[in-house]
Amino acid sequence: MKNILKAAVAAVALAAAGSAAQAADLKACFIYVGPVGDFGWSYQHDQGRQAMEKHFAGKVETAYLESVPEGADAERAIERFAREGCGIIFTTSFGYMNPTLKVAQKYPKVMFEHATGYKTAKNVATYNSKFHEGRYILGQIAAKMSKKGTAGYIGSFPIPEVVSGINSFLLGAQSVNPDFKVKIVWANSWFDPAKEADAAKALIDQGADIISQHTDSTAPLQVAAERGVLGFGQASDMIAFAPKSQLTAIVDEWGPYYIERVQAVLDGKWESKQTWHGLKEGHVVMAPYTNLPDDVVAMAKATEEKIKGGWEPFTGPIIKQDGTEAAAAGVRLDDGAILGMNWYIKGIDDKLPQ
Amino acid sequence: MRIVLIKRAEHSRLMTGLSPVIAVALTMLSAALLFAIAGHDAGLALYKFFIEPMTDLWSLQELLVKAVPLVLIACGLSICYLSNNWNIGAEGQFVMGALAGSVLPVLFPAFDNGLTLPLMLLFGAAGGALYALVPAVLKIRFNTNEILVSLMLVYVANLTLDYLVRGPWRDPAGFNFPETALFSASAMLPTIGDGRLSVSLYAAIAVAILLSLLLARTLKGFEIRVLGESPRAGSFAGFSQKRMTVFAFMVSGGLAGLAGIMEVAGSLGQLQPTISPGYGFTAIIVAFLGRLNPLAIVVAGFVLALSYIGGESVQASMGISDKIASVVQGMLLFFVLACDTLILYRIKLQFGQTAKGGHAHV
Repeated sequence: MKNILKAAVAAVALAAAGSAAQAADLKACFIYVGPVGDFGWSYQHDQGRQAMEKHFAGKVETAYLESVPEGADAERAIERFAREGCGIIFTTSFGYMNPTLKVAQKYPKVMFEHATGYKTAKNVATYNSKFHEGRYILGQIAAKMSKKGTAGYIGSFPIPEVVSGINSFLLGAQSVNPDFKVKIVWANSWFDPAKEADAAKALIDQGADIISQHTDSTAPLQVAAERGVLGFGQASDMIAFAPKSQLTAIVDEWGPYYIERVQAVLDGKWESKQTWHGLKEGHVVMAPYTNLPDDVVAMAKATEEKIKGGWEPFTGPIIKQDGTEAAAAGVRLDDGAILGMNWYIKGIDDKLPQ
Repeated sequence: MRIVLIKRAEHSRLMTGLSPVIAVALTMLSAALLFAIAGHDAGLALYKFFIEPMTDLWSLQELLVKAVPLVLIACGLSICYLSNNWNIGAEGQFVMGALAGSVLPVLFPAFDNGLTLPLMLLFGAAGGALYALVPAVLKIRFNTNEILVSLMLVYVANLTLDYLVRGPWRDPAGFNFPETALFSASAMLPTIGDGRLSVSLYAAIAVAILLSLLLARTLKGFEIRVLGESPRAGSFAGFSQKRMTVFAFMVSGGLAGLAGIMEVAGSLGQLQPTISPGYGFTAIIVAFLGRLNPLAIVVAGFVLALSYIGGESVQASMGISDKIASVVQGMLLFFVLACDTLILYRIKLQFGQTAKGGHAHV
């Protein structure tokens, strides 16, 4: 018994020594809202983490916590990393905003990066991507491919990011078919495969023959595949889950950003800023166009190039749901208006909670 | 062959006391096995999971932050369960308490003085108690099943919260994001020490002591136990089952509501679409792990909190999946129930054809 104990103590000591010996220059830590196996949002952040770790080949050590609920637990999780010597901490969900700021205040020497939020501090930067650029292309494809002229759209929460995605999707669709319809179901969750699947079924039953989603699981696309309708991947290339139904996917590419920001910390040049990049900078990438006729692929690629060239999908004329004008012809909405969007464009058959 | 459980004529007192300890030990053993199978250093993982969180001040405080709401809710539930009232909806009462308590800071931010916090706590407890009154009244009036009603009301509470923070109670300066404005300093609980631990710790300890005195020393405590164990005997003694149902639900609802507003005014500082990581449900495990004894529940709450913090610790430092922490919690409950069952029953293997109409408990 005594020997076993001794061996155990020795093993613990060795393991501790082992991890200390290979100390890296910097520890970068990540907090995920979903499981890394969601094959969507959190999965893509984790892919970014792995790409960054590989890039720095041993110079940067990483750690992550998955499925951290937004709420009191988040603050503890973030503070744990700050205490454990992380030099930079990425908190990858909107609900981590206030906890991130609270912890950042207590640990001024640690850099924080909060995804999708709007509050910054001296050691808190924010980052997000222009997903609505990709959604404009999805809308165009949907209008071309739908026989019934109706798409189903599964939303997570009616926050500006999601609302602007819906508007951009319909703007794209209207550019092809002015009478195109979109039906919306709110899942009230970022990740709830069962609920998302139910929403997809309901939308298909109501006549949608193409499904788009702003939730993180592969469930809606799988339902689309089962029911023989078309769909798009979300956050990640989900082609493996619906080889015959996925037309393309908006892929979040966080790796380049993570490499850039970690490099900045290593160089001592990190500073707080708000990053909002899209197709042009490669932070939003379209997955290969599949299951599509050539002319639709050509159209999608042309739009993609146009956006990469600096064109903004939210360029007037844009008419709001209530009939007022949001942007006159040729006028482009400014970033603030897109980031804080809480109105629908004309043609959407749904009401935003006010 | 089949396995049957046969009731023991009498059960060992020693084992009754030891059973939670044995259950924890068995959990640790199986956890070690699990870590080893997953390819991790089992010794180190056990240390990081169960010991390390108790070795420094910060994680000790965090343990208490996590344990306090669990203990508060579980103490109230023990009164319910002892008196044979099955309140499964503490999660909903927690949320409703948080909502009722937040009325002041959200709707009347100008009312900002020394009275704000006491009133918030009062509203919180009242909100939870009134919400728990619904299943209680439906039970005594229409004989509905309180398990179902209280459980369903959890969804109602969660959706009410969701509606309010996305709609009328949304922070006007918050870019439409679903959360209320941050509470002012006078609407927040004072903290103890340098971390996030608030004075709610004292409330939890006081409640545990008061309830254990109530159960052990007062007529009300006797009434609770008699009505729980033998309603008929209770009614001969002149105790009212119906009044007890109302009492038990209001106490447990009130405590859950208090835990809710303390969570919001303690560590969150605002309402969000979700404010509880399932405290109301986890507290059911805590109540049974503490054998429905308020003082033991304090220990049980600490053990459950340890399983969360420890799970996070091994995930952060060794990359062990968060699913393992959930499995460890599940095993803990399994072993507690198994140990309890084996104290009351013994296992008998029956070979061959089973007798017709056997009276074995299965």
